[in-house]
Amino acid sequence: MTRKLVYFLPLLVVAVLLGFFIVGLQRDPRELPSVLLDQPVPEFALPGLPGREPPLTEKADLQGEVVLLNFFGSWCAACLQEHPVLQRIQDEGLVPVHGIAFKDQPDDTLRWLKRHGDPYDRIGYDTTNRIAIEFGITGAPETFVIDKAGVIRHKQIGPITDRIWAETLRPLIEDLNEG
Amino acid sequence: MTHSAPRHRIARASRLARAAGILLAALLAAGAPAGAVEPNEMLDDPALEARAREVSKGLRCVVCQNESIDESNAEMARDMRVLVRDRILAGDSNAEVEQYLVDRYGDYVLLKPPFKPTTYVLWFGPALILLGGAVAAVAYYRRKATGPAGPAPLSPDEEARLHALIGDDEAGPGAGTRTGRDQGGSA
Repeated sequence: MTRKLVYFLPLLVVAVLLGFFIVGLQRDPRELPSVLLDQPVPEFALPGLPGREPPLTEKADLQGEVVLLNFFGSWCAACLQEHPVLQRIQDEGLVPVHGIAFKDQPDDTLRWLKRHGDPYDRIGYDTTNRIAIEFGITGAPETFVIDKAGVIRHKQIGPITDRIWAETLRPLIEDLNEG
Repeated sequence: MTHSAPRHRIARASRLARAAGILLAALLAAGAPAGAVEPNEMLDDPALEARAREVSKGLRCVVCQNESIDESNAEMARDMRVLVRDRILAGDSNAEVEQYLVDRYGDYVLLKPPFKPTTYVLWFGPALILLGGAVAAVAYYRRKATGPAGPAPLSPDEEARLHALIGDDEAGPGAGTRTGRDQGGSA
């Protein structure tokens, strides 16, 4: 009986491999667990966009309330896709949406905001990409949920959709607001 | 004429050899990873630049998955190369530069995974699988060496049937003639 079972071993091995492939291929390799989760926001110093108020210049600007911090750029196609969702979130008034434009020129950012609308509260801009490395960013858009104490509680990689907002971010923010 | 012909041939042969050598060198050069470091990124101090190259080769370009920042042309990789050089200029050791990026991107940013409890499976897994295979192979050949157990002995029913078929002792009517003809044919 056990001898016959041996003949099923290759089948079992293939089944296990298939299992790995099916799970593995559906996962997005760009989605990395952020080591910054539950860590305080790194210190930073940024200029604001010229002529646009209010600016996001330092960590203190983010503290005291739960906020969304969205990394974007005028070069980023997926940001444009996310843009109307951010506008709706800002309009809803549950949480302020701050932005950091990176790898961008201030003129380009301003033109982009003029053309597509400006869903942000404060905006900081960074042309060196140093701030992106500080936050462990790999691309745009990426969005952090930061609590009242300035601790990173969630990182959304890729555009926020209405569904992600309703199912993940809004409940989390409501929880954090109560706490 | 008779002299110039061979000399001409030798010259042509040496030209061919030289061309082949150049081609080979070019192919080898193309095969080696050239590195994506731009001259304007490099540090003036060759010793510091060499350290920067060494650190960069062990750091993963986080947008291209399987290239080091030293090889990648991605903008993100360029920014990280510049950062590595800035940290080195600021007096960081190689390990401190690596730790700086690990603090922000996790162990993922290291091309060589660190040796720690969460990666033991990664480090020992292949050796364990090899060991398992070796144990299985030894067991298999040991059993083969002692000889196979052989098929189970026949039951009385089977034995009776076998006797009937080969016509042992109480042979059937046709069995005898068939055996006789066979013997005749072979003789």
